[in-house]
Amino acid sequence: MQNTRAILRRVQRGILLGATFAMTTSDPTHDSEPTRRDFIHIFGTAATAVGAGAVVWPLVHQMNPDASVLALSTKEVDLSSVEVGQAIKVFWQGKPVFIRRRTAVEIEEAEATPMSALKDDNARNANLAGKVDASDNARTSSADGEAKPEWLVLVGVCTHLGCIPLGTSAGENKGDYGGWFCPCHGSHYDTAGRIRKGPAPENLPVPPYEFVSDTVVRIG
Amino acid sequence: MRKIMINARLIACSLFTALAAVSAADAASGEAKAVKHNHWHFAGPFGTFDQNALQRGFQVYETVCSSCHGLELISFRNLGDKGGPFYLPSCPAGIPDSVDCANPNENPVVKAIAANYKFQITDGPDDGGEMFQRPAVPSDRVPGPYANDQIARLANNNALPPDLSLITKARHHGPDYVYSLLSGYEDAPSTVEIAVGQYYNPYFHGDMSQNLKPEYVDEQGHPEDGVEVPLGGVLAMAPPLADGIVEYTDGSPQTVEQYAADVTEFLMWAAEPKMEARKSLGVVALIYLVILAGILYWSYRKIWADAH
Amino acid sequence: MSGHPSTYNPSTGFEKWIDKRLPIIRFGADFMEFPTPKNLNYWWTFGGILTVCLVVQIITGVVLAMHYTPHTDFAFASVEHIMRDVNYGWLMRYVHANGASMFFIAVYIHMFRGLYYGSYKAPREMSWILGVVIFLLMMATAFMGYVLPWGQMSYWGATVITNLFSAIPLVGESIRTLLWGGFSVDNPTLNRFFSLHYLLPFAIFGVVALHIWAFHTSGNNNPSGVEVKDVKKDTLPFHPYFTVKDGFAIVLFFIVFALFVFFNPNALGHADNYIEANPLSTPASIVPEWYFLPFYAILRAITFDIGPISSKLGGVIAMFSSILVLFVLPWLDTSKVRSMRFRPVARLWFFLLVITCLALGWLGGKPAEGVYVMWAQIFTAYYFGFFLIILPLLGIMETPKPMPRSIADAVLKPKSADAAPAGAVPAE
Repeated sequence: MQNTRAILRRVQRGILLGATFAMTTSDPTHDSEPTRRDFIHIFGTAATAVGAGAVVWPLVHQMNPDASVLALSTKEVDLSSVEVGQAIKVFWQGKPVFIRRRTAVEIEEAEATPMSALKDDNARNANLAGKVDASDNARTSSADGEAKPEWLVLVGVCTHLGCIPLGTSAGENKGDYGGWFCPCHGSHYDTAGRIRKGPAPENLPVPPYEFVSDTVVRIG
Repeated sequence: MRKIMINARLIACSLFTALAAVSAADAASGEAKAVKHNHWHFAGPFGTFDQNALQRGFQVYETVCSSCHGLELISFRNLGDKGGPFYLPSCPAGIPDSVDCANPNENPVVKAIAANYKFQITDGPDDGGEMFQRPAVPSDRVPGPYANDQIARLANNNALPPDLSLITKARHHGPDYVYSLLSGYEDAPSTVEIAVGQYYNPYFHGDMSQNLKPEYVDEQGHPEDGVEVPLGGVLAMAPPLADGIVEYTDGSPQTVEQYAADVTEFLMWAAEPKMEARKSLGVVALIYLVILAGILYWSYRKIWADAH
Repeated sequence: MSGHPSTYNPSTGFEKWIDKRLPIIRFGADFMEFPTPKNLNYWWTFGGILTVCLVVQIITGVVLAMHYTPHTDFAFASVEHIMRDVNYGWLMRYVHANGASMFFIAVYIHMFRGLYYGSYKAPREMSWILGVVIFLLMMATAFMGYVLPWGQMSYWGATVITNLFSAIPLVGESIRTLLWGGFSVDNPTLNRFFSLHYLLPFAIFGVVALHIWAFHTSGNNNPSGVEVKDVKKDTLPFHPYFTVKDGFAIVLFFIVFALFVFFNPNALGHADNYIEANPLSTPASIVPEWYFLPFYAILRAITFDIGPISSKLGGVIAMFSSILVLFVLPWLDTSKVRSMRFRPVARLWFFLLVITCLALGWLGGKPAEGVYVMWAQIFTAYYFGFFLIILPLLGIMETPKPMPRSIADAVLKPKSADAAPAGAVPAE
């Protein structure tokens, strides 16, 4: 009991004047058991600690994305001017999103690739719950669960160390598999944005998106 | 010694008497009429905004004020914020489940207001290097009537209509002043002359002695004896409100007084959108602090009981 | 460092290990055990309150700096961004803005307490002088902080105050240009004010440490002004006796603070500062924040040339002298008695000084014309008269009341000094 009392006193000091002081010795003049008299001091210290704890939340939460940032967390993109075989790059949440209107050959290539040939067989699609095989169908599924194989939507940040892979604009190096190529450390992605060669560990992630109409997609 | 003491007391006494006299003589010319006090729904430590008044006030702003005054610190999404004019705690019937109406960015009313707003957003440059107009979305700021201050001055007889986002905090007596000014236009007294493009308002801070007709002023330009300088001043804003100019759908009276009160409440919200959160957190904080003070006082008494 | 023999006894091996290398636990323990005069009244809690104020300002200030943009084009909008978009941003900003006012309320009470109880007298001159340094740093910090929101009062306050420096002969104009970094208050000015506003609080923090170190070396003064004679009888350990008393007072102070922040956050501010700065139009009346008003009144009270000194320079000299005179206060007061409890005459003049400061504060907010100027001159004369004439003379002329032999006596017979009947009942 003597120990409890000493510990409580230490805790009390610690809260009052910082953890440094918490390890000071207990007061030798008070060696009786805790009594009802002490309850109020413990209560007072605890109540102060609760208040101090409550103050921490606003101080931390202020660093979370603010309302003006959250307002931009969804973006609607008009795709009517994108031709087959073309791709566009849009800016979403501070990152590029690749939207590619794939040719029949590219779709066929992606569909024909066996899972065993993939370095990462996880679909990495934010629109699908849980772990799903990285089939071409799973890579092109939107939030309503429907796949539009013609459209491939990807967050264009290399999963290795965050560079932007080439291959979106005409004339850029698309890598060995006809998708994207990251020039920083030589990662090659295929026509479904799956990693096939190089140091990147994961497929390019698919962001949450939904077709609002035939030609307008909402990302986020 | 006694003398010094008495002196000190004497000086203190006379100083106070003199100061009282000074403050009584503080009434100078160029005074405005004392503001009218409205019974605001948002007044007091528990006051909140009346959402219906905010909606009507936004309607008055959009129909009348926005022709000249911007609201540049407000985004359309703010209209759907908690405590805002068009906040929806849950979706009305007919909205798909995937939409979260409490999120101001998805609020269908806010989206419709933004898309149909009287001014569009100037965006760009597009791929051709040109700026273009597009309908607003919730994340856009409320577009104002003028592209820049120079155009605003040109359109308004060289007077710049102030932005209204903070107007109720940027004036003394804030909301009461705005309300008094909007509903307080009256005909100028016969002793003064008002120039074309100027309007008399007894609540506006100006100096009406400058507007006295020549027959009421002596050679030095001071008012003649017995001539009273009217309260208030002249401003470039014509009386903006008239009975019936905004059509309310909720049956509220369509009077200048009601319009002025509603738009002022809306502008108070625009200036201080976190007021409700502030007051409710304040009540919790104060209750906590008072209880904590009681506990600590008790603890203090116990600790000090054996100190003497 | 804490000025009393250490009683700390490291009990575990770890504590011993630490104690040999960096005796920080010993430092903390000795701080908590510091023998503190048992008769300290509630006026003494303002030291702790001020420490809390500084910490609150630094924490909320660091947070605000994460969202603020020190550029004339964006400063005003970024403050409104904090108020509207940042999570709890309105709370941070209102606490910081009202915190400055609370800080000054507390520091003025703390200073008047020091004046009344003679805390500036030997051997505590160093603590007092460091306190005046802290006060000067606080004023500089508060002034530059008020410029940052870039409202009309920010801009015109900065213009008026920086123009004061141009009154200095020969180098004044150059100093003003140096402060501005341009030809008027502009973006370079805002940027450097932001930098310094962020820096100075940490300087204050350092001087506060010295300030505490100094009075821990001499020991606290106390309401009786009698030095500690017997540590056992006259003092109590700082913890828990004074931690709990200070804690209680801090919570009471927070209640007042909260009433402003949550229910009247703009009461101490000025409406014009919600209008963005406009270098082409000056507001109808420029007034500084309330805590500068007494000094502003002194500045404007000098409306006449004194020999070769122009009224402009004279005002600046008077304003700065009103603070500088505090540095030499320990040597201006010639009395042997510390506490004004035992100085019946000085006490009256002291209360007149309090009234003077309040009156100067009121006059500072009035237009500088007519009778206001005359009264500002009278009160300014008294302000300087108190320090330069009354205090030196009183030390010679005044007969102090009999003083208690010790702090313990003062506690047991608290009324004896105030001519209460002999054998008064002890307080507790």
